[in-house]
Amino acid sequence: MADLSLATLRSKNRLYYVLLAAGGLVALAGLYAVHMMESHGHIITGMNNQIVWGMPHVFAIFLIVAASGVLNVASIGSVFGKAMYKARAPLAGLLSIAMLGGGLTVLMLDLGRPDRLMVAATNYNLTSVFAWNVVLYSGMFSLTAVYLWTMMERRMYPFSKVAGLGVFVWRFVLTTGTGMIFAFLTARQAYGSALLPPMFIVLSFAWGLAVFHVVQAAIYAWNEKTVDPEILRRKKNLLGVFVVGSLYMVATYHFVNMYFAHQQDFELFILRDGGVFPNLFWWGYIVVGNLLPLLLIYAPGLGKTKCVMTASMLVVLGAFALLYVFIIGGQAFPLNIFPGYQVSSTFADGQITAYHPSLYEVLLGFGGLAIAFIITTVSVRVLNFMPQDKPYIPD
Amino acid sequence: MSDINSQRRQFLKTSLGAAAVAIAPGMLLFDTAHGKTEAASSKVRWGMLVDTTQCKQGCNDCVTACNKENGLSGGTKATDSQWIRKIEIKDIGSGIETSLPMMCQHCEHPPCVDVCPTTASFKRADGIVLVDRHRCIGCRYCMMACPYKARSFVHEELFDQKPDVPRGKGTVEACNMCVHRIDNGQLPACAEACQNKAILFGDLNDANSEIAKKIHSVASVQIRADLRLNPGIRYQGI
Repeated sequence: MADLSLATLRSKNRLYYVLLAAGGLVALAGLYAVHMMESHGHIITGMNNQIVWGMPHVFAIFLIVAASGVLNVASIGSVFGKAMYKARAPLAGLLSIAMLGGGLTVLMLDLGRPDRLMVAATNYNLTSVFAWNVVLYSGMFSLTAVYLWTMMERRMYPFSKVAGLGVFVWRFVLTTGTGMIFAFLTARQAYGSALLPPMFIVLSFAWGLAVFHVVQAAIYAWNEKTVDPEILRRKKNLLGVFVVGSLYMVATYHFVNMYFAHQQDFELFILRDGGVFPNLFWWGYIVVGNLLPLLLIYAPGLGKTKCVMTASMLVVLGAFALLYVFIIGGQAFPLNIFPGYQVSSTFADGQITAYHPSLYEVLLGFGGLAIAFIITTVSVRVLNFMPQDKPYIPD
Repeated sequence: MSDINSQRRQFLKTSLGAAAVAIAPGMLLFDTAHGKTEAASSKVRWGMLVDTTQCKQGCNDCVTACNKENGLSGGTKATDSQWIRKIEIKDIGSGIETSLPMMCQHCEHPPCVDVCPTTASFKRADGIVLVDRHRCIGCRYCMMACPYKARSFVHEELFDQKPDVPRGKGTVEACNMCVHRIDNGQLPACAEACQNKAILFGDLNDANSEIAKKIHSVASVQIRADLRLNPGIRYQGI
């Protein structure tokens, strides 16, 4: 018996290092991509003067939005006092820090001059939502770290509610800030809508919880435990509500746009005529990212552990599809400089721009995921992030 | 006087002399490079009036002159910088076709300046919108924000740059109204190159300037005036 448990421990140990090495390799590949982009310039990416934000931004924004949303689990615990969620708050905090770290690294390393980080840190333009976000992101790191401390250090327990409330408010402001990056783009058909900050907040709920489910399932499997079916039932219902909520926001955004005559060409491009974009929107986001997960969660006879896991992974895939359509599709559609005119020029005016992401961009994006993965794996190993459930009592 | 004191004085004298010799050529070069020392004045607002009726379809003289003046390659790939471009527009209702140059519109309320996180995008007192290449971190947010798609990102290493127009890989750039020429009392390269004199350059604030008089006497519009950015470039004939 003792030999058996030792053998299990050894194989787990080996698996841990294999996982770490795999994550490290992907992160290294990302670094290689950064090195290439640094030495050759963005010419080796698929980005150009029309599609100025590409694949790295899809990854970065997913990570940042999910980093905020994952804290929902913590907020429901600390702010609203639900015991089941409170037990999961430390893991949620850790995931938030990990994903924020990964996302910001991608965003930073995609800059034309990432070496000028100091310039960004010392020159604030008070009217720039980017500059606000620099404050919001660093504040989020610090606040979440303090929050984790209050939850994991016995002497700090009394402060965990206050810290949790702080994080709760901060992450709302943070995701509002992320939405505003696009909402403030007055002239772009795809952006420039006050609906975007709340839409990003609701999306963050669904994406964050989906990521949480996947990681939680992995940790339980690692510890050879299964999630209490009652807990799983409540959490899957919450995911379902968030998925429906985000679908509602996205539908409203497109529906309002459709109503404006001057936005119809853009909407038809995204939803019907734009080739890869409508495909990704309908198949990737609507079917894979929403309908299938809802089916897996709510259909009678389904909704078991594996279904919830699959649903969560599909929600994450759908998130990438939506962000690709939103970010790349939004830029591929020509900027309307002369409303009421047909235009043409050498600078792609009036034309739909093609975008072919290069391997370097994708590597950089995966590098960000790898950083989040490494932070999570190491932390889960060295500290106790395993949810400790008390016997279940309905709140 | 003690020997140590005199040695110290001697040392200080020599040091001062050496410092002066070391600094003087730099100061001289600095002065030569900058030429004028007075700052741009907010009493002036530089602008342009483009007469599209005089702008010929197929003529690219302004673009060529800009490329030559600012050391741009003249390439038209999606990753090449284009500070000024010719746009052909066709009124969907009437079918009337017009050709016009499009560049940075040097807005009074430039969105690029608003969104720039590091204040690298800035508006000079005389209304010229510029990018400080030493502060630009290459985030491209200004390119997303510009309603005129006037900005380009330097996607690759640059060679043979013009001394007056520093550029850099990984930073954003746009028409600077040939600020180095304006500061020398010259016309922007595009205005000078246009054979039909379709681009009139001048001080919008000076009621006696040719441009101000013409704006009062002919109908002209600002592109995307609905955004209320008050661009310094106006167009006549559309």
